[in-house]
Amino acid sequence: MYIADEALLSSVNAAIALQRPLLVRGEPGTGKTMLARAVAESLGKRLYSWHVKSTTLAKEGLYTYDVVQRLNDSRFPDDSGRNVSDIRSYIKMGVLGQAFKADEQVVVLIDEIDKADVEFPNDLLRELDEMAFTIPELDETVSAKHRPITIITSNAEKELPTAFLRRCVFHYIEFPTRDRLQAIVDAHLPDLDKELVEAAVLRFYGVRKVSALKKKPSTSEWLDWLVVLAAAGADPEDIAGKLPFLGTLIKQEQDIDTLAAAMRRGQGVR
Amino acid sequence: MFDLLLFNLRAQKVSVGMGEWITFLKGIEQGLVVDLEGLYNFGRAILVQSETQFDAWDLAFESTFAGVELQPEVSEELLAWLAEAQQKPGEIVDLDMSFDEMRRQFYERLKEQTERHDGGNHWIGTGGTSPYGSQGRSRNGIRVGPGGARSAVAVAGERRWANYRSDSRLDVRDFRVALRALRKLTREGSPELDVDGTVRKTVDNGGEIDLEFTRAKQNKVHLVLLLDTGGSMDHHARLVSQLFTAATDLKGFKSITTWHFHNVPYGYLYKDFATQERVPMESILAKLSPHHRLVWVGDASMAPWELFGRYHGNPWGSPVDSETGLNGLDWLRCVRDACQASVWLNPDPKRFWEHPTVSAIGGIYPMFPLTLDGLRDAVKQLRAPV
Repeated sequence: MYIADEALLSSVNAAIALQRPLLVRGEPGTGKTMLARAVAESLGKRLYSWHVKSTTLAKEGLYTYDVVQRLNDSRFPDDSGRNVSDIRSYIKMGVLGQAFKADEQVVVLIDEIDKADVEFPNDLLRELDEMAFTIPELDETVSAKHRPITIITSNAEKELPTAFLRRCVFHYIEFPTRDRLQAIVDAHLPDLDKELVEAAVLRFYGVRKVSALKKKPSTSEWLDWLVVLAAAGADPEDIAGKLPFLGTLIKQEQDIDTLAAAMRRGQGVR
Repeated sequence: MFDLLLFNLRAQKVSVGMGEWITFLKGIEQGLVVDLEGLYNFGRAILVQSETQFDAWDLAFESTFAGVELQPEVSEELLAWLAEAQQKPGEIVDLDMSFDEMRRQFYERLKEQTERHDGGNHWIGTGGTSPYGSQGRSRNGIRVGPGGARSAVAVAGERRWANYRSDSRLDVRDFRVALRALRKLTREGSPELDVDGTVRKTVDNGGEIDLEFTRAKQNKVHLVLLLDTGGSMDHHARLVSQLFTAATDLKGFKSITTWHFHNVPYGYLYKDFATQERVPMESILAKLSPHHRLVWVGDASMAPWELFGRYHGNPWGSPVDSETGLNGLDWLRCVRDACQASVWLNPDPKRFWEHPTVSAIGGIYPMFPLTLDGLRDAVKQLRAPV
């Protein structure tokens, strides 16, 4: 179950209706990647995920031509069944290529697009606009049978080029309000003790209020923390007094010190 | 009928292109928008591409649908209003209030006035009631969370996104993102397999595999930070330390060096301001290469004699170097001549730049405000071929 707000839903619907990629940004752990899964699930469509890394090239999402393998096969033939004289044996479709070739509409997730090189999004402009690309080695154009619903996530590590941004529907996922946080808990962990959740919510917002934290705990950390608290049978009073299982909330050593200092000054409690 | 929104957005420096505008109108034609809340969400998703501009969107949206046209620049009306407010004895004007806060109050006044004139005949009169309950548009898998039924104009009026503005908000990571653009990659690193070259050489070699290697990309840029320390710069300590943290955290520069000075450098720079360990300027200048990028950080405002030395009467003894006869301004010119690729970042807001020493230094180094936008412009300047 994915709890979305009105604005996010409107953005998703706009992206689908206008056939444009949806660019989602927000703090880590606010469910950007989960959104694509939820959209695919709720529409009953298959999801193709492309997780971008710092070394990823735009072309890899379309197709790859394994020259080295072909070179090796030509020199040292084996019984792998690959036909050296047929270039197609060495061309593999990437995530976008597979999505374009699919017989039904699918959902494509391009995860953390900002991890790659600065020019990466620009290299995908035409592909995302026309949902087609050319394979020069085959002199063939692959165009999408059904325009996939594209969801792109970004942590804003690099700025994305304007030309790319202009082609997207943009949404910024905010950290949930207390009401929505409660709704998320109800959806994911319906059996939890109400008192425990209430005490935990208070502590959690207190921790997030400590402005000096480098990485504030987010929705995913929040859910992890609740699961651990529940599993350990923590008492609501314990949570009010101290912060058990701090490691699930705070991941950086420096932040633990910051938080400890803030708590000594009486902050981060409520 | 949405033209006013377009102009208000552009007045807020949200550069809406024709493409997005047509998409926006198409979406409305397709019936994607049924009410003002929908228009707020849909319009923002299409026309605005960064959370830093959400606040501008809120301002433009609010004023459009409250029937007010925004002024592109703050006009004389605002100044007149401020002057008037200052003269009124009963009203306390908080001079510490930020520019945005002033502008917001101004537009509030402006709005009140229009309301009085046209008798409150706005088409947002329905305010606050939305046809959608909090569980309104549920589908399998996705559910609408609570908190839906509020008027879009009320939401816009809250200005929840004000903290995300790129012309005010700054943190270490923002600086890092901006500084990263400074890196210039050249092939100098460790060897890696060059596939194209290998294929070509193998073919030339009659099919016998012949490997070709190339150098990995490496950054050649040396970043030099020169920080004005102490005195009037103490107010900006947090901002400068953020810039410093961001720069020193950055991987990929060939080297990062930091020097300190007070107000203006003379014949030396401090390696460490606390221990007053200093290094003569000559030896620093000698090490500069075309790959060095200099970033000065300072408010550039000081007593004129500190900068112009020689030309002004100076009761505390001349700051002019006794050996070289150079004053502060001469030294700045010296450094600029040794390394053309340099900029000056000024943490003071631009309205304080009307100062003789600030404009003198601004004449030597391109000067930018120490904000995210300013830093981006500065990086652009540093990337330009010298």
